[in-house]
Amino acid sequence: MGEAQVQDKAEAAAEQPAWLDFVEQTIAALRARFGQEAIEESRFRDNVRVIVPATKVYEVLAFLKNERGFDFLVDITAVDYLHYPNARDRFAVIWSLMRTDNGARLFVKTFLNEPDLTVPTVFDLWKAADWLEREVYDMFGIRFAGHPNLKRILLPEEFSAYPLRKDYPLRGRGERHNFRRLTREQS
Amino acid sequence: MAQHDWLENVFLTRLNEAANWCRKYSFWPMPFATACCGIELMATAASRHDIARFGAEVFRFSPRQADLMIVAGRVVMKMLPVLQRIWLQMPEPKWCISMGACASSGGVFDTYAVVQGIDRFLPVDIYVPGCPPRPEQLIRAIIDLQEMVQREGRVRGLERLRQRARTGLPVLGASEQPGRPEPQRN
Ligand code: SF4
Repeated sequence: MGEAQVQDKAEAAAEQPAWLDFVEQTIAALRARFGQEAIEESRFRDNVRVIVPATKVYEVLAFLKNERGFDFLVDITAVDYLHYPNARDRFAVIWSLMRTDNGARLFVKTFLNEPDLTVPTVFDLWKAADWLEREVYDMFGIRFAGHPNLKRILLPEEFSAYPLRKDYPLRGRGERHNFRRLTREQS
Repeated sequence: MAQHDWLENVFLTRLNEAANWCRKYSFWPMPFATACCGIELMATAASRHDIARFGAEVFRFSPRQADLMIVAGRVVMKMLPVLQRIWLQMPEPKWCISMGACASSGGVFDTYAVVQGIDRFLPVDIYVPGCPPRPEQLIRAIIDLQEMVQREGRVRGLERLRQRARTGLPVLGASEQPGRPEPQRN
């Protein structure tokens, strides 16, 4: 290992944010509550992820909000793992959480497979979930059961595909040019 | 009577020319600025480049009060019906400038949502290349349009085509072109 690399490592260690301990305690609490095997953990520097089965995801998120104080839903997003090397599942949904008083961050991830692309909504926990879930639905076609108004948010409502899926062509299927032409004579 | 026909024609021709001359120095642009090109459009209107020197400084945000639509920026499929509607709401005579690579061809945004050139769905009179075009280029387009208006005045579709064919000018604008096919790349 070169000197520069050693220094990098030391710097990375020194940069560890103070809330990491809190996140570690949170994961221990999650495991105590939901069982060791239901909560899978992975980590890169201060980026901590817990992977939970889709059936448990609502309880886990509710626990994180109510018992562990994660009061801020930063983002909900999804990943399509089609053609991804060594991937076992097709889709993942990721909730990005934050606790505003100590700055702790945690990512909750769950895997989904066709045909059952449904996860429970977290709209009753965080109101921010409203538009975030609609965006994931718009782009990936993942449904959020119990959402009060699950319809497209960015694309026009008559759009029929989910464009961020990997099997959707980049240039679309002609939707962008499906309009009537206006000529000089008509206008 | 018949001997006076030519006199009448001469009179009307001169009147047309005078009207065109007035028209070309008082464009009322409608800025359809959807992206970065819009900033350059604003710069053109601001004091340094000062589009007022060419009589086109009265930007109107209502299409009913405008006669020159400047489409500055990319137009997505959700926006295109809006663009067409605004074009239809503008009273005659009216002209359209497609400003920048995006409005003219989709630019680098060759994706499912971006219309690959507004001239697929709207008549365009002048195209301005560039990403973004410099204010000078937009001013050049205005000057070109002024020339066009002086030459052709208030003509529409087929009339313009015939006139162009007579004068040997290149045929511009979507209304006269057959539909462009979808670009086929990789
Ligand atoms: S042509 Fe360039 S500057 Fe103009 S809208 Fe497109 S990307 Fe922006």
